[in-house]
Amino acid sequence: MTVRDGQALSRRQFLKTSGAVVVSFAMPAALLGARPDQAGAAQAPGLSSDAARLDSWLAIGQDGSVTVFTDKVELGMGVSTAFAQIVAEELDVSFHAVSVVMGDTARTPDQGGVGGSTSISVGARPIRQAAAEGRQILLNLASARLGAPVAQLTVRDGVVRRADDPTKTASYGDLIGGRRFDVTLQVSGGSYNLGVAGTARPKSPDQYTVVGTPVPRMDIPPKATGEFTYIVDVRVPGMLHGRVIRPPVPGATLRRVDGAQGLPGLVKVVTKGNFVGVVAETEWGAIQAARKLNVTWSTSTATWPAMADLYTAMWAMPVRTRRVMTQVGEVDAALASAARTVQARYEWPFQSHAMMGPGCAVAEVRGDGATIWSSTQHPHQLQRGIAQLLGLPVETVHVVWVEGAGSYGRSGAEDVPGDAALLSRAVGRPVRVQWTRADDTAWDPKGPPVVIAARAGLDGTGNVVAWDYVARAFSGSGIPPGPSTAGNMLAGQLTGLPAGGNDVPTTFQEHYAFAAKRSAGEIVPWPQEASPLRTANLRAPSQPATTFGGESFVDEVAAALRVDPVEFRLRYLRDPRDIAVIRAAAQQARWASRSSPRAGISRSGLTTGRGIAFTPRGETRLATIAEVEVNQASGQVRVTRLVVAHDCGLIINPDGLRGTIEANLIQSTSRALKEEVRFGPSGVTSTDWVSYPVLMAPEVPEIEIVLIDHPELPPAGAGEPASVATAPAIANAIFDATGARLRTVPLTPARVKAALQNRGA
Amino acid sequence: MTSDRLGHGSDGLLTAAAPPPAPGSSATPLRLTVNGTVHTIRLSPDTPLLYVLRDELQLRGPRFGCGLGQCGACTVLLGGSAVRSCVLPVSAVGGQPITTLEGLGTLERPHAVQRAFIEEQAVQCGYCVNGWIMTAAAYLAKNPSPTDAEVRTAMSDLICRCGAHVRMLRAVKRAAGRQG
Repeated sequence: MTVRDGQALSRRQFLKTSGAVVVSFAMPAALLGARPDQAGAAQAPGLSSDAARLDSWLAIGQDGSVTVFTDKVELGMGVSTAFAQIVAEELDVSFHAVSVVMGDTARTPDQGGVGGSTSISVGARPIRQAAAEGRQILLNLASARLGAPVAQLTVRDGVVRRADDPTKTASYGDLIGGRRFDVTLQVSGGSYNLGVAGTARPKSPDQYTVVGTPVPRMDIPPKATGEFTYIVDVRVPGMLHGRVIRPPVPGATLRRVDGAQGLPGLVKVVTKGNFVGVVAETEWGAIQAARKLNVTWSTSTATWPAMADLYTAMWAMPVRTRRVMTQVGEVDAALASAARTVQARYEWPFQSHAMMGPGCAVAEVRGDGATIWSSTQHPHQLQRGIAQLLGLPVETVHVVWVEGAGSYGRSGAEDVPGDAALLSRAVGRPVRVQWTRADDTAWDPKGPPVVIAARAGLDGTGNVVAWDYVARAFSGSGIPPGPSTAGNMLAGQLTGLPAGGNDVPTTFQEHYAFAAKRSAGEIVPWPQEASPLRTANLRAPSQPATTFGGESFVDEVAAALRVDPVEFRLRYLRDPRDIAVIRAAAQQARWASRSSPRAGISRSGLTTGRGIAFTPRGETRLATIAEVEVNQASGQVRVTRLVVAHDCGLIINPDGLRGTIEANLIQSTSRALKEEVRFGPSGVTSTDWVSYPVLMAPEVPEIEIVLIDHPELPPAGAGEPASVATAPAIANAIFDATGARLRTVPLTPARVKAALQNRGA
Repeated sequence: MTSDRLGHGSDGLLTAAAPPPAPGSSATPLRLTVNGTVHTIRLSPDTPLLYVLRDELQLRGPRFGCGLGQCGACTVLLGGSAVRSCVLPVSAVGGQPITTLEGLGTLERPHAVQRAFIEEQAVQCGYCVNGWIMTAAAYLAKNPSPTDAEVRTAMSDLICRCGAHVRMLRAVKRAAGRQG
């Protein structure tokens, strides 16, 4: 592989023109929409985000280049490359001819933004349909031009030929280049489920030649050479720099601001309610001003449980909402009549998104509207939220998405546009805000803690006759996933606006055919507004926690029955795809069948073990096997190898998928071993990479991935699922190695040592 | 400590206006050689190099990650050494030449490390990748044939939040093979 000129060229073009992903060469400059060097350009005539117009999805340039428009945005997993493959496939053009414009409220239809690993499984459907419609129209045009029925035409690389006379050709550029399709589509659903229909039928997967191939990601060469435009690189003429100052203690109210005089380059101190920000001529000036300004706050009346008492407090809180996810048979009766029962409780901490690049946005608020450049996962929702925050009509707010650091859910990237908007309005000029490390790690919305209680009833012959499971959290996502109201943004909350509610109990997914089973999710109340411990979606929202409980407990039941953990799971699974991932992972790992813990464990020194966990997530399923080495003197756990078998239906790009799975496994190993938000009465005390450590290079395991492709099935999600089973696989491996059961994440040396001391004889 | 006047601005926000900034009396001109070009900079000498490179010279390779020297996203080469530009005052650069990710190589002529990262597809979001590539380039220039374990140690104080480590470590090893 080498750097390909085609990629380099299109990226170059992009750098010159747009903050969004890529623009087609042939589109007139007026159609490119607002861009950093044309701040505030109004929505160009002829362009629209109306999903019913084919032209809102697809454009063909005079040179035959293809541009696809989507509200789904790139989070660093390669989805833009996958979209280009899907469009190239349906249109029969070269992959290199396709550019993808993402997340621009003036020109991409509202698909709800990104979440839940749905960008390809759901979000690509209208894109694929639009491309198929485009191909059909182009073939009809070619039929008239070439004087042959469509059935006698072939297409390759965007050139239509008569099958009986290949010298008779018409290119897509010749047929429609630079002009509109002017075709109306039928629209169904909305937001995430937005669909379009026309008269064309997309290709059958057995015809695919581009989808399913490991096309290199188009964004990687410019990222490796520093030519890529991230949100932090957006610069607007006349732009100033802003920084924010948060209350020292949640619940504290602003008393006074002193010391602004004499701060070099300071333009303005901006306060509204408890929102405090500074605007300065330079970035360093803004940073210095935010540090040196003397801000006086009231004492706070907010109270949290002590960190050490968090899980006890959660079990003691009144349940606000309970949802039974699964109910099969008479669970209570089966438990009452069981020969024996096994039960356990598990705990998962607050975790931070801790984005590599703290949240950043640029806002230009004018009298008649606003333009916001943001790495939001939900451009159209942010448009509504900013409009409400500023009191502007929605249609006067233009949100332009620009890629940021990996955000993995409802991160601070959704908050910072509100900060920038308030500061820009106050100074009447464009303002760029980037959060500090502490603004991000301490004040991002947190992945919520989860406590799990599980019971199983066993009969006298080693069968599970009852399963009773409950996971309790502050909520699956206390802050709604998108910034669709002003109160969902931290800036709005600090100015006194109420946060929206999102009382969806946390979910747990499993497929075990126990005769009687019940799985429930519960929410207990927790203060969400203007708090550094407000909770929100973090990759595979709460499912790593609920599956840590569920799959650790399955392992405990298998151990109680002295059954091999792989064999035990296979006894209770029926779906061939579930069985296939477990078998494939076991085979790849050379799993030796035996019950856990392993026999003959020495109670000192180094010991090794292996553990498995299985999970579905939506239509995806996977099995993860962890191999660990435990230092019984220090309690240090080294994950030496992770093997995963992964089935997400039809695979669009196997190499992109592998990269995403690898990263999922490493990030989830980090969450399992290291990550815990620390807090005290004065707020969150884990504020940087020392106090909120993550996995580092020397600790990274070997990774082996088995991909199971199902071309006959629709594509399912891959952005999150491989995050789900890692922690229980590691905890189960620690148990196999030592006989000690870890029931609280992160699996720190101190917890391992405590568990080793408590293990049975 | 003086108290600033707080008042309602016309936009409904409470604002405290500060006097215009004093003329840049502290800003003596500094000469910086960046990617082979000499620039004259007039800024407060305590300004970290990162903001000079990004905001004055419009470079994109070095990025703000922590401002604490912990993560590596801001790494540049000073002479031949990888340094964290977010905690290096511009006045401390002296006459040493600075190389950023853009100066290391280009799309048309990538450096061996950049080429290896592209070939290994060793990126998720890529926000951290500047630190990994610059640190690897400095390391391999002095240690052209490291073992896998040595590569891990050399890269041991770089954060990657996405978890692209496996491919990035493989890319560094691949580049080492070429340089050695």
